[in-house]
Amino acid sequence: MSIGLEIGLAHYLVVAAMLFTIGVFGIFINRKNVIIILMSIELILLAVNINFVAFSAHMGDIAGQVFAMFILTVAAAEAAIGLAILVVYFRNRGNIAVEDINMMKG
Amino acid sequence: MFVEMLPAIAFYILAATAVGMAFMVIASRNPVHSVVFLIGTFLASAGLFVLMGAEFLALLLIMVYVGAVAVLFMFVVMMLDVDFVEMKQGFLQYLPIGGVVACILLAEMILVGAASLVNPGAGVKFAEDGTSNIEAIGNVLYTEYAFFFEAVGLILLLAMVGAIVLTLRKRDGVKTQNISEQIARTREGGVELVDIKPGEGIGS
Repeated sequence: MSIGLEIGLAHYLVVAAMLFTIGVFGIFINRKNVIIILMSIELILLAVNINFVAFSAHMGDIAGQVFAMFILTVAAAEAAIGLAILVVYFRNRGNIAVEDINMMKG
Repeated sequence: MFVEMLPAIAFYILAATAVGMAFMVIASRNPVHSVVFLIGTFLASAGLFVLMGAEFLALLLIMVYVGAVAVLFMFVVMMLDVDFVEMKQGFLQYLPIGGVVACILLAEMILVGAASLVNPGAGVKFAEDGTSNIEAIGNVLYTEYAFFFEAVGLILLLAMVGAIVLTLRKRDGVKTQNISEQIARTREGGVELVDIKPGEGIGS
């Protein structure tokens, strides 16, 4: 049972992989609600952050945590811009269905 | 024996919570519930970060995500007057292709992870040379990564300005303050001296 009780790098990587997969899955199945897609992107970024921190702790190098912090800020900025675009889009169209977002096609 | 098992128990509880709540984020019908589950996912992940010895990032995660991003999502969900019931139509339509892609992705990533599971390394190491986690981050953040730090500040400024520019709009029929007009007022335009004859008033 040493694999089950000794929590190592692989355990965290598997958790991150599951979160990442759930995020991708959420983007695929939610074709109507943009807000859920934005949340799925947040989940994907969180999975990447877990990977960064796991490797940082595993290798004893603090750089991974610093970059996880940068990813955190970029994710926050992305959420702010994305939600602002969403609000503007809702004002123009009255709904936020993903399938109808084709205003920019040529 | 039990004390040795504590980190493992905590890990499994937190990991199961994070994954289960993440699934509920994409599966729940009401987006408000989705936001709440997203908060739960981030809290559990913060617990995982603490287990890995990254306390500073864990607290940062709670402050930034639970305190700012989740509130932002909640505001937008509640401000947009969308009929969320009919949004779930077609949920099953994309389930097969989404499931296939998700399974392939998960299998790939677990295969990569299994390689290190077969011959495990030294396990998770914690910083044991006396410096705390926040001290270690602070040591490199303002020296080695100073330029990246400034760039991140610029990105946040860009996001703030962008969000304001995108959502600001002029509306008719709303009383707003026009500062230049207020400052440009002169005595001639604002005051009128009237000679009133006794007993007549200024009506008519």
